[in-house]
Amino acid sequence: MQFGLNESQEFLRDSARKFFAAECPIAEVRRLMETDTAFDADLWSKLSEQGYTGIIFPEEFGGVGLGIVELVLLMEEAGRALLPGPFFSTVVFAGSLLDSLATKEQRRKYLAPICRGEARSTVAFCEPQGSWDLADVHLTATNGKLNGEKLFVPDAAVADWILVAARNGVFLVDSKAPGIGIERMHGMDLTRRLYSVQFEGTPAEKLGEIAGLARPRAIATVALAAEMVGGMQRTLDITVEYAKTRKQFGKPIGMFQAVQHQCADMYLETESARSAVYYAAWALQHNAPDAAAAVSIAKLYLSDASRSVGNRGIQVHGGMGFTWESDLHLYYRRAKASETALGDATFHRERLARLTIDARAVSAEKA
Amino acid sequence: MDLNLTPGEVAFRDEFRAWLEANVPKDWAEWREKPLEESFPYLRAWQRKLQEGGWAAVSWPKEYGGRGATLMQQAIFWEEMARLEAPPMANALGLGLIGPTIIAYGTDAQKKRFIPKILSAQEIWCQGFSEPNAGSDLAALQTEARRDNGYYVVNGQKVWTSYGWVGDWCELVVRTDPTVPKHKGLTVLLVDMKSPGVEVRPLRQMTGESEFNEIFFRDVRVAVENVLGKVNDGWNVAVSTLMHERGAYGARLIPIFKRNINRLIELSRKIQRHGQPAAQDPVLRQKLAQCYAEVEIMRLNQLRAFSRITATGAPGPEGSIQKLFWSELNQRLQQLAQEMLGPYGQLLASDPRAVDQGLWSYGYLRSRGNTIEAGTSEIQRNIIGHFVLGLPRSY
Ligand SMILES: Cc1cc2nc3c(=O)[nH]c(=O)nc-3n(C[C@H](O)[C@H](O)[C@H](O)COP(=O)(O)OP(=O)(O)OC[C@H]3O[C@@H](n4cnc5c(N)ncnc54)[C@H](O)[C@@H]3O)c2cc1C
Repeated sequence: MQFGLNESQEFLRDSARKFFAAECPIAEVRRLMETDTAFDADLWSKLSEQGYTGIIFPEEFGGVGLGIVELVLLMEEAGRALLPGPFFSTVVFAGSLLDSLATKEQRRKYLAPICRGEARSTVAFCEPQGSWDLADVHLTATNGKLNGEKLFVPDAAVADWILVAARNGVFLVDSKAPGIGIERMHGMDLTRRLYSVQFEGTPAEKLGEIAGLARPRAIATVALAAEMVGGMQRTLDITVEYAKTRKQFGKPIGMFQAVQHQCADMYLETESARSAVYYAAWALQHNAPDAAAAVSIAKLYLSDASRSVGNRGIQVHGGMGFTWESDLHLYYRRAKASETALGDATFHRERLARLTIDARAVSAEKA
Repeated sequence: MDLNLTPGEVAFRDEFRAWLEANVPKDWAEWREKPLEESFPYLRAWQRKLQEGGWAAVSWPKEYGGRGATLMQQAIFWEEMARLEAPPMANALGLGLIGPTIIAYGTDAQKKRFIPKILSAQEIWCQGFSEPNAGSDLAALQTEARRDNGYYVVNGQKVWTSYGWVGDWCELVVRTDPTVPKHKGLTVLLVDMKSPGVEVRPLRQMTGESEFNEIFFRDVRVAVENVLGKVNDGWNVAVSTLMHERGAYGARLIPIFKRNINRLIELSRKIQRHGQPAAQDPVLRQKLAQCYAEVEIMRLNQLRAFSRITATGAPGPEGSIQKLFWSELNQRLQQLAQEMLGPYGQLLASDPRAVDQGLWSYGYLRSRGNTIEAGTSEIQRNIIGHFVLGLPRSY
């Protein structure tokens, strides 16, 4: 058993870190968050030149064919850089959905351009109840047409195709199709835009059955959790640096235990979060019997811990932490958006309870 | 990253499992709740049996009677022990902390003299570190040892010494040079607890038992051959013992915590709340799931730490994360048990209505000690702050 990264995984992580530091410094994040969509075509083509837009997809569709562990390492670095725009919605969620659900023909048509960096996509799941439970999806396609509303759809304005979860299947809708209305929702996270999408007799192409959503959704959940780990790590690094340099009472504030212990707890939470995410990624990649539980464990822990790290980081910065100028709130906003996306801690604790308390065969023994 | 067991790990597990199934005592349940004083001979006998099978100290090098087991194999060992509800071993500190320190720092003669009897539980060891005025600030300890020809003469007092009442030998940290800064004047002595001038008094703990003791030393003569490591280098020797205490101990606890949370889940299906099983109570479900997740994360943190240590060759201050995590998690787990059991949670082993023979009332009280023993949570946070994150020392 070996729970560390191998050489090629370390290489991927290090080169992603360098890439994001060069191409997506925080000044660029701030510039993009003032734009309409937080999307930048240049940055996007650089992401695809790196092969990131096809990272986990089969080579026959122009992908790189790496695994979920590698995806998670990339997302961690993206989270550290607070990468704005539709990478998560296009590659991670919509891409995995197409990959695991669509026919070969459909994949050639839709997944391949995503891999090549030519197209963008997103997934529309939530309805007005704001629930991530499949049982709360009511939208239904009739005669190949959709009527209704989806909310909290990330990056819909820059997507070429919107993949829609409906009662009777997962459908693909062209974002320029007749009867579609895309309107911005004003969320806390300025680096990843949310939209409402209205359908009025909108033509939709069926990709597959709704049950097929489980795996791509699990992949998206773990990848999002990994992105959150990156944000936590960055928040911790910024905070420790500040605690070493900011002086009060003639001493660096990091000398005061009330401050030092906040930092120690941030470290504990960040490392624990990373363990949970790496394991879930590995378990998904290898179809381990406890993979479903591992995904929920990761997301429930991350949902609470990323907020907690943000809280502590801001507190340690004092008034400076409360300013617009400080980068902490940018991470804090992303953390809140990610906390609820794909189910918050309460949601995943209930899901884990169903897997462990209600199912007689407790999967822990096997884990 | 590959979290499957390697063929070597599978072989190790299967071999130990087969041995354990054939040899684990079947009557441990009858002994478990008896006072340690009564069950101690039983635990010694069990350790001897493990030793005869070559399983008492799997982590030790082969030449000292171990199996040179990797950290992963050690984790597997404790998992199997817990799975079959095997009794603990009598010489826990000797095997886990003090033996490895003697192997690292001892002379050949010391290893030959002490190691076999640690393995066979013929000689039980205790750890004489803490003093009334030196707990967290261990290096401030005052027990002194003055050189007198071929001997050190020891005077002073130790406290909170687990296994002191049954200890044959003690890893004792003493001050040999009071004129130098506090970390530089310490030495570790291996002390025969039957020496004239050693007096052990029981200390009653909040659980009611007397697991630890205070020990008084009055002109106790210790031969210079029994200095462990170099004179005045005792701090490094002691820290090596503490690293073992903080680093690998978690691996022993993980399967126990797993068993406890699984047992709570099982109980939640039987206990009634508002006319339905507690397992259906939405609040308790949330708490059980949270606890289940944290126990799993403790396991994953441990495995990651083991992989890191295997790669770098040395346990680092990250052991403090494990210590901090398991001790605070156990307190949350025990509180959850109390919440679920309601008024039954308080019942002691002596009450026939106690759930699981009083395991949960005992566990609740005992868990308060977790964040104090082996370095308090505050000290672990100081260690993380200073040694891991590089923040300036707070004191
Ligand atoms: C069940 C149990 C078994 C034990 N077994 C052994 C044993 O076998 N051998 C042995 O030698 N010892 C043993 N101990 C002793 C244990 O190691 C000490 O109790 C522990 O190190 C704390 O020391 P103290 O009790 O003197 O508390 P103190 O050091 O006086 O601490 C009191 C409080 O002050 C805080 N504090 C102290 N210094 C600092 C600081 N610098 N920064 C922040 N907070 C601080 C502590 O965290 C604590 O909350 C055992 C203890 C327990 C509870």
